Amino acid sequence: MLNRRNFLTAAVGVAVAGGLAACAKEDDSSSGSSDSGNGGGGGKKITLGFAQVGSESGWRTANTKSVKEAAKEAGYTLKFSDAQQKQENQISAIRSYIAQKVDVIAFSPVVVTGWDAVLKEAKTAKIPVILTDRSIETSDDSLYVSFIGSDFIDEGRRAGRMLETVLKKAGHKGAVKIAQLEGTTGAAPALERAKGFKEVMDADHKDDWKIVVSQTGDFTRAGGKQVMAAFLQSDPDINVLYAHNDDMALGAIQSIEAAGKKPGKDILIISVDGVKDGFVAMSEGKINGIVECNPLLGPQLMDLVKKVDAGETVERRIKTKEGDFLQEQAKDALPTRKY
Amino acid sequence: MTTTPRWRALTHHHLFWPVAVLVVLLLVNVPFTPDFFSVRMTDGHLYGSLVSIVLFGSPLILVAVGMTLVIATGGIDLSVGAVVAITGALACSYLSDQADQAAVSGVLLAMGLGLLAAVVCGLWNGFLVARMGIQPIIATLIIMVAGRGVAQLITDGQIITVNSEPYKLIGGGYWLTLPFSIFVVAVVVAVTVVLTRRTALGLLVESVGGNAEASRLVGIRSRRIKIMVYVFCALCAGIAGLMISSNTSAADGNNAGLWIELDAILAVVIGGTSLLGGRFSIGGTVVGALVIQTLTTTIYTIGVPTQTNLVFKAAVVIIVCLMQSPKFRAKVFGGGRFGGKRGAHQVAAPADTAAEPGTVRKMEVS
Repeated sequence: MLNRRNFLTAAVGVAVAGGLAACAKEDDSSSGSSDSGNGGGGGKKITLGFAQVGSESGWRTANTKSVKEAAKEAGYTLKFSDAQQKQENQISAIRSYIAQKVDVIAFSPVVVTGWDAVLKEAKTAKIPVILTDRSIETSDDSLYVSFIGSDFIDEGRRAGRMLETVLKKAGHKGAVKIAQLEGTTGAAPALERAKGFKEVMDADHKDDWKIVVSQTGDFTRAGGKQVMAAFLQSDPDINVLYAHNDDMALGAIQSIEAAGKKPGKDILIISVDGVKDGFVAMSEGKINGIVECNPLLGPQLMDLVKKVDAGETVERRIKTKEGDFLQEQAKDALPTRKY
Repeated sequence: MTTTPRWRALTHHHLFWPVAVLVVLLLVNVPFTPDFFSVRMTDGHLYGSLVSIVLFGSPLILVAVGMTLVIATGGIDLSVGAVVAITGALACSYLSDQADQAAVSGVLLAMGLGLLAAVVCGLWNGFLVARMGIQPIIATLIIMVAGRGVAQLITDGQIITVNSEPYKLIGGGYWLTLPFSIFVVAVVVAVTVVLTRRTALGLLVESVGGNAEASRLVGIRSRRIKIMVYVFCALCAGIAGLMISSNTSAADGNNAGLWIELDAILAVVIGGTSLLGGRFSIGGTVVGALVIQTLTTTIYTIGVPTQTNLVFKAAVVIIVCLMQSPKFRAKVFGGGRFGGKRGAHQVAAPADTAAEPGTVRKMEVS
């Protein structure tokens, strides 16, 4: 009995302490914000709830950093959560933002589908939702106000065009046998980078290009390495690799070297993203071309949040600024890479 | 007529079904990759599908061997994936701060640091399970969830790339034309087998798994045994973590060893170790891990569409598990009373333990 009573007392104590701590924290952040808020233009301080996918790659880390820094600079209160690549985590994060009554919710969806229910809750609570860097499929377009980020289909197309240039430069003749390392199954960048690339292939290279093998490497180095090792066994005559991100390409390069082939010569490599390690590999001649996918969308996002919060109408689709890089540019571009 | 008893002895061997599955899986590859079994020399080392399977499968074998002993005591360790991530993260972040990453002393220190962290995780798990009496699945869940956060804290959320030839050796390098990781695995497996089968340690582990309370009453320090297996399991996971990060020369706090705990448990089960504890087979586990790695490689080489990867994997695993069930085999193939013998063995094992508490004590001291 005594034990039980003690336990109850302790539990209540902890709950009260927790509540106080939470209040204190809330106070802290709002007082801190009012300082910077005054500098930023005064009035109400905007609270932004941001649900990140995870930190699966250097690209994502740069994206997170950019959002955090831009929010600080703009003087917004940022509530940040990391979903660790799980949709259920992200949904519960968004639910908690709704419960906390944030002003705007921004998130980068883990997968394409399955968002209707939680976004309807946000809509009912009258909290506008912005998608960053990945889009969703939904029957109701009013569930989000805008989508800011890269156009993955276009990245796929750019990768296709880049391969044309790279093949020409390498003086390649004969059949082009392509191995494709796909991103996480079902993720928008994986689906759309494949789609855009295929568009170019179907339009202009129906006869001479062929994707001989295609498999997911989960956007990771270990995945890229393992899948490429298997590809080189089952189809030793592969001469082009198209990787949906740099990390998989970096893993695949190690497998290509282990097979006694030269990455960038025996097997031409095109990848997407443009992380620092990717540029290092390109400056060493191991990657032939990188289609940039710019993660530094923080400042653009904060502008958008401000407009949305003020009730202004915004564009449904906002593209981030991006470039294409070939080996010649790699060395010059390397020092400027932030991620 | 004379072959029948032999055949029966063969099919009744506890490794028969796992090995049969492994062989079938390997053969499936041949129509798709005609030179699947060929191994050739490239750049001074052996190269081929079989070599890749062992190379990429090494971390899983290690983790699964550690897991086997934990499961034999009736426990389970869900934290191994996180331990893999922490070890790799710690070793690589230490190494990347060194001025000379190729210095052997620095590499050894980095690996030592990583393994130390792994052992601490193991001690924590063992402490919670054996001393605090918390359910193993809950106790190890703590590090499974929190550990990955710790790994990301160490790497600062970045993928840390290291450029060190000596460090690359353990998981991605070659020695005597073979992947170095094969030797590491061989040593760990050999040490485990010797310790558990040539000393009474295996018997102690099994008796703790069979009945912890009865074991304690006959004089076995079951708590200490339990702590020991969790530490051993974490150490194996730590070595696997070094291998995984060394293999790609990068520490990825978020993805390194992701879901490896589930693959390891699966490998243990395919290998014929009972999840209820009290009986284990290290050899079976090694074969089980190879089955899983071969399955993964098979999916890549036969070109299973990405979207159906997991379904394919699930179907194979279901078939494997059903094939190993004596009841299922009896129903499908009819005839013989499979499994009757096994039951007898199981009863015999704890009885032995109880009969000789004196020897058991002695072995523990040594």
